This record gives sequence, structure tokens and C-alpha cells, in this order.
Amino acid sequence: MSGELRDGRIVVVGASLAGLRAAETLRDEGFEGSLTLVGDEPHPPYDRPPLSKQVLLGRVPATGTGLPARRPVDAQWKLGVAATGVDGIGKRVFLANGEEVPYDRLLIATGTRARPWPNPAEAALDGVFALRTSDDAAGLAERLDAGPRRVLVIGAGFTGSEIASACRERDIPVTVVERGPAPLVGALGGTLAAVAAEMHRRHGVDLRCGVQVTSLEGDGRLTGARLSDGSTVEADVAVVALGAVRNTEWLAESGLAAGPRGVTCDAGCRAFNMYGIVTDDVFVAGDVARFPHPLFGYQLIALEHWGNAVAQAEVAAHNMVSAGPFRRPHLAVPTFWSSQFGHNIKSVGVPTYSDQVVVAQGSLREARLVVVYGYKGRITAAVSVNRAKWLDYYQNLIETAAPFPPEPGAADRTAPMIPLPSDVPDPAVLSHGPTVALTGHLPDRRLTLVRPGG
Amino acid sequence: MNIVVDLNRCQAYAQCAFLAPEVFELHGEEALLYVPAVPEDQQERVHRAAVACPVQAILVGGAAGADVR
Repeated sequence: MSGELRDGRIVVVGASLAGLRAAETLRDEGFEGSLTLVGDEPHPPYDRPPLSKQVLLGRVPATGTGLPARRPVDAQWKLGVAATGVDGIGKRVFLANGEEVPYDRLLIATGTRARPWPNPAEAALDGVFALRTSDDAAGLAERLDAGPRRVLVIGAGFTGSEIASACRERDIPVTVVERGPAPLVGALGGTLAAVAAEMHRRHGVDLRCGVQVTSLEGDGRLTGARLSDGSTVEADVAVVALGAVRNTEWLAESGLAAGPRGVTCDAGCRAFNMYGIVTDDVFVAGDVARFPHPLFGYQLIALEHWGNAVAQAEVAAHNMVSAGPFRRPHLAVPTFWSSQFGHNIKSVGVPTYSDQVVVAQGSLREARLVVVYGYKGRITAAVSVNRAKWLDYYQNLIETAAPFPPEPGAADRTAPMIPLPSDVPDPAVLSHGPTVALTGHLPDRRLTLVRPGG
Repeated sequence: MNIVVDLNRCQAYAQCAFLAPEVFELHGEEALLYVPAVPEDQQERVHRAAVACPVQAILVGGAAGADVR
């Protein structure tokens, strides 16, 4: 590292998983300058995945998911204060309390927030929750402890499904309403969505797909909801699980390529400005980043994944203190997990980047299987249900662009595997967010230039 | 002392659930649930679990942000 990069002022906006791991990596790599972390929540960095699992099951308090430190970061923490803007010319970050924090290099790791219920008056009814922060989880867990008559979950993505699972485990009646055809379909496609729907129903969830909640009812306190098919649901708790919104509004005047799809950056986590020119002093990591991935046609993708927050933060931090030729690309294969209804769902690759799937191991019937996804004859993802030990094998096939369907040896049967359509719907028809946002175009949907006379 | 388990890495070998059953628990066949803020009387067991994990998925450390002023 050159002396110039070892010193100076680095500001990290976002004090959750990505911000924390970036700060630790900066110190690990020898950064000796001043380091400031800004976070809008008042709490030190905590882990979010347990909020919809251990916390709602009542095994861990919402305040008890603090993250372990890898090392001391010797940073100045500004918690409970949001960043409101960036002056890229004067190189300073504006905070909601009027303070200005100067920087030499800036890391944007502001993540996402829960998409709110569109009607603010209905959203304000007592008993209506979202689940993103530890404060959200504390409020919801308290209501579940009180034994509600029925919980309504709006949106059957991973978060909504995990909430429904926790409620059923506590013997609380649950109705799940999803505008799409099945739970998890936006992230996993039709084949596994059918397995997910079966899991909901077998565990006693009142699952209603293909309809949407048109209004939440109540007078100060939630009493129920009206659905688009004319039916009603009586519930004293509703959880809005409509996916995530990227926290980029504060960058509107920054001149950076920031918008509802995230902050666009290059493979080395350097942010683009609004002219598509890469910056040298602004970096992006975690859920808010939108970056090109070579395994998926260099399409810009944004990942709401725990593992991506860690891996991308490490690359961004390394590149913030490394000169040009020593910078690294962020090439990690996307991975995530979810546990619901006693099942462990794990994914490698990008399942939505697919046109076909095969059930490579196990069966849909026993809900213990590996589904392999392909796009134009190449393996692009694999998802296991209670078969996690197999995923490393498929990760290797994804990284080496192995042909789809997989060769024998990847299967637990001798009969040929029959590819099925992957059946990934347009995200616009779903209640839940897809958690992987493919924000470019699939290669076969590009326009073709027609050359006259050719 | 806090822990976080990289559940992308975890393959449910369950060594942790044997060594520190009050902190780690398999929920169903292979979904791991754990207590992120480790009680004092469990710390020794958790250290042993972290070392024993065949895929080294358990990170143990002091609470992040403990130096928040």
C-alpha cells in the first residue's frame, strides 16, 4: 500500500454488516488514517437474519443479535443519525443533525429498508408491522408473545414465509396473502415455489395466492383486511413483507449513479457518477450496490444477501487502500439461505438467471432435494432443500460454466433428467421482492441491429 | 462475547450442537438456530464449538461497536 492510501480520512455511511466488515478490513490492510462510521439506527452493528427466526420464536431477545467484531476498528461512530447528502466536489457528507463530515474516500453501505404499506393511514394502525430492524422485531415479537388471534402476512417472499413459519410453530393462526402464484416464486421459480406452497399448507398456513390485500381495516387498532377477491380476513396483527427499498434517496443530489435500483458500481466496487464515469474516491458495498457479474452475462445485479454484504465489503475496503493494478474484482458466487417450516433452503448462483431447471437429487414429494438451474445450456444456480452438503459441488459447476443439464455423477439416479421451464415470473406481478434484482437485460432479450442490404 | 454463524458455509455437521447445546440447536434436519449473545457460563463451550466446526463457520468476538462513544 502506498503511503498516500494508508493515511487520510475514510467515511463509511451505513453501520450494519457491510459497513462493519469494511471498516475491519480497512484496518486489517493497514489503513492508519481516521475512520468514521455513520448509521441511522441507534444500535451498534447487529445481525438481521435471526430477527425473523430466533427472535420471533421467542428464543432470543430482539436486542440480542449483536455482531461479533473481527478486530478493533478504532473508529469514530456516529449512530442514530442519518446521512442526508454528499458533496462530491467539496468531499463531505451531510448528516441529519446539521454536521458535515469531510472525507478523502467514501464507502456507501446504506443497504435497504422494508417497503412500506402504500397507505400511510392504514400503515399507522396499531398492529401493523414491517420487519427489517431490531426495533421492528422487538415490537412484533411482543405482539406474538401476547397471543394474537390471527396474524396476516402480506407477501410470501423469504421474510414473509419465515414470519409465517415462526407463527405456526408458536401455534398462532396465520393467513399469508401473495399476489403472485406461489410463495418464493420470485426468487426460486415455479418448481420450488410449488414445494414452498405445500410446506405452508402442511403447516396449517391459510395461504392465499393470486390475490392482494386492497385495504387494512380498523379504527386506531387493526381489525382485519379486505382482499381483491372480495373476501376479508380478521386479524389483529399484520406484517407487511413486500420486499425492500434501496436507501439511495440521500444521494439524489450527489451526482452519483444512484436510484431505486441501487448505486451502480464497477466490479471493483467503485461508484459510477451520473454520466457513467467511474469515480476514484467513492465505493459501494452490500444491498445498496448494483454491480456487473461476469457469471451472469455482466448484467448489473443487486443482491440482498448476507454473504454478499460481507464479501463485497471486503473487496471494497481492499480497493479503497490499494493502487490501480492491486485492486481486486468482486466475483463471489451469490449464496443465501432461509430456514422455514423446519426446512433449510440454500442457494448458490442466481436462480432467476435461468430458463430451465432439473431436479438433480431427491424429489419434490419428500421436500428433500437439489434443483439445478440452467440458462442457455449452462448451469447458473442450484438450490437445496435439506441437502446443503451438495451445494459446494454445484458451486464448482457454476464457476466453471458447466453444461446444463448436469452430467451423470451429479445425480442420484440413472434415469435421464428432464429439464422443465424454470418459470420465473416478471417481478412486477409479485407482492414479495425477488431478493436478487437482475437490473440489466437477459442476453436473449437484447435488440438486434438489422443491417439493410446484408 | 458475541457469535455469528456463516450459514452459507454451515452444512449441519452439528458438532456445535453437541458441544454447546444451550447455544446451538438444529431446527429440523439441518437448519441451525443459535444464541448470538453468548451467556458467560457458555463461553468456554462456544470456543470449543468454534474450533471443532468442520467448515469453520462460527465467528467469535467481542461485541462489535463496543467502542461506540
